[in-house]
Amino acid sequence: MKRIDDTPEAAGSAVTVRGLVKHYGETKALDGVDLDVREGTVMGVLGPNGAGKTTLVRILSTLITPDAGRAHVAGYDVVRQPRQLRRVIGLTGQYASVDEKLPGWENLYMIGRLLDLSRKDARRRADELLERFSLTEAAKRPARTYSGGMRRRLDLAASMIGHPAVLYLDEPTTGLDPRTRNEVWDEVKRMVGDGVTVLLTTQYMEEAEQLASELTVVDRGKVIANGGIEELKAKVGGRTLRVRPADPLQLRPLASYLDELGITGLASSTVDTERGAVLVPILSDEQLTAVVGAVTARGVTVSSVTTELPSLDEVFLSLTGHRASAPQDPAPSTEDSREEVAV
Amino acid sequence: MSAATVTPTPAPAADARISLRGHVRHTGALVRRNLLWIRQDPESMFDALLMPVVFTLLFVYVFGGSIGQALGGGQDGYVQYVIPGMIAMMSMTLSQGVGTGFSQDFNSGVMDRFRSLPIGRGSVLFAKIAVEMLRMLFATAVLMIVAVLVGFDIERWAGLFAAVGLSAVFASSIMWVFITLGVVLKNAQSVQAMGFLVLFPLQFGSSIFAPTQSMPGWLQAFTDYNPLSTLADAARGLMVGGPVAHDLWITLGWSVAITAVMAPVAIHKFRTKT
Repeated sequence: MKRIDDTPEAAGSAVTVRGLVKHYGETKALDGVDLDVREGTVMGVLGPNGAGKTTLVRILSTLITPDAGRAHVAGYDVVRQPRQLRRVIGLTGQYASVDEKLPGWENLYMIGRLLDLSRKDARRRADELLERFSLTEAAKRPARTYSGGMRRRLDLAASMIGHPAVLYLDEPTTGLDPRTRNEVWDEVKRMVGDGVTVLLTTQYMEEAEQLASELTVVDRGKVIANGGIEELKAKVGGRTLRVRPADPLQLRPLASYLDELGITGLASSTVDTERGAVLVPILSDEQLTAVVGAVTARGVTVSSVTTELPSLDEVFLSLTGHRASAPQDPAPSTEDSREEVAV
Repeated sequence: MSAATVTPTPAPAADARISLRGHVRHTGALVRRNLLWIRQDPESMFDALLMPVVFTLLFVYVFGGSIGQALGGGQDGYVQYVIPGMIAMMSMTLSQGVGTGFSQDFNSGVMDRFRSLPIGRGSVLFAKIAVEMLRMLFATAVLMIVAVLVGFDIERWAGLFAAVGLSAVFASSIMWVFITLGVVLKNAQSVQAMGFLVLFPLQFGSSIFAPTQSMPGWLQAFTDYNPLSTLADAARGLMVGGPVAHDLWITLGWSVAITAVMAPVAIHKFRTKT
């Protein structure tokens, strides 16, 4: 199969996407998306529900075909060379899943056989990956008895069987508790350390920062920003300062006092009553110092001060001037796009 | 890591095609998966185990006396009449499992995993059909044990095997209908409900349980063209004697026609499902 000569492929690019379009009836799930993922890097695709992230991953996995545009993965065309392409990708996601009724080991063995490993090699690879993802003890239990974190680890193991050159992680930690999330992040970092190219979709800025070196922000099927993660963070300009007064009664007075001083960033301060903290958006270290100074000057005793990454909402607010689009046009998931045909 | 990581240049097109051995290996791996399901979840065999028992006892002891009298052989005569029909009915009802199984696989996301692997889509279909066939043979074996216990006289072993074979051929054509339903309908319950709506009139509006001579003319017109009637009549002829050729050919004709129409539809729906 010859390479398509007019492909605008950058050298060393593992994934190249140009002008990708996919419509579901009236909904434009993808509306002309361009994307380049360099070999051996992690590209984060950040966006709210319905932004088109999953549609993108499904096209790049040959599960659906685009209406217009081109996409190449490891040099293969997603439309013209789906079989070759499937050989070099791994998929872990909201939808691509393991077989719940099968034991962990059987899941991995089956996929090994489907990837044309010999019986012996498939057995060895299943053992190896269970060991590596700390699932050896659960090898014989059906996957439905696994905890959420174990399930995701088995998903990751399953997508690694064929030594993929490019790995898609579609919202790998959505719905997991923070501890389990860290566990999955650690595994992903190890996989990246092995040199796999990763395309990661996520709704969390924090996840993108943990795992990705570059970031593409999508909204309503369009790329609204892209670049290095530090670059984008500078563009977004923000962090959130979380100030916890020792006395919860001080929460609201402190928030309005800081707003009156006008030393905060783009938005005004908000109060997180549940965890007893004032959240102050800040743009610079100077602002951070000023806020801490103001709190001290007011004589409020503080039990903790931490800085956090901006939320997805804040990222969108500063990049687009509007909030992350509400999911009025829901993600064209398997469920939503399934055609209903009465037979 | 693998060489693919280092060199993004496409490998030669050689691995684009799947060899016959590859297809066999993939289908084998998927058959193993479906058999393991049964081991993990033995209740999934309950229908194949209990349906032949319950239906046989019900029909033989509830209707057997009166229909048998009309037939002129009493309850024993009815046993000889209804058991070949039951083989036909059983194969139809169990073939629904293909559809519900597919529906579950799509909803759980396993199918996305399969479809993103470099395997022929046909392997997934054939593995499912093969396992349902095994379930069907199991149910038929149970049916024949119960049949003998209620007094069925196996006169012709060759005829019995031929009848089972014919049912399997016809069921394999109906399975394409259920595969289509399993792919296009939203969930397993809808597949089951739709399957019931399709099968119930076909099974009861046929010569499976009672001779059609006493039915009103319009219904007879339906039962005469109903492939389940011809399947049941052919099975009857093969197992207990009587004319076979006509019904046999019509049944085979239906099988070929249904497969010719529905297999491409099922495969197309399966390929293009988003």
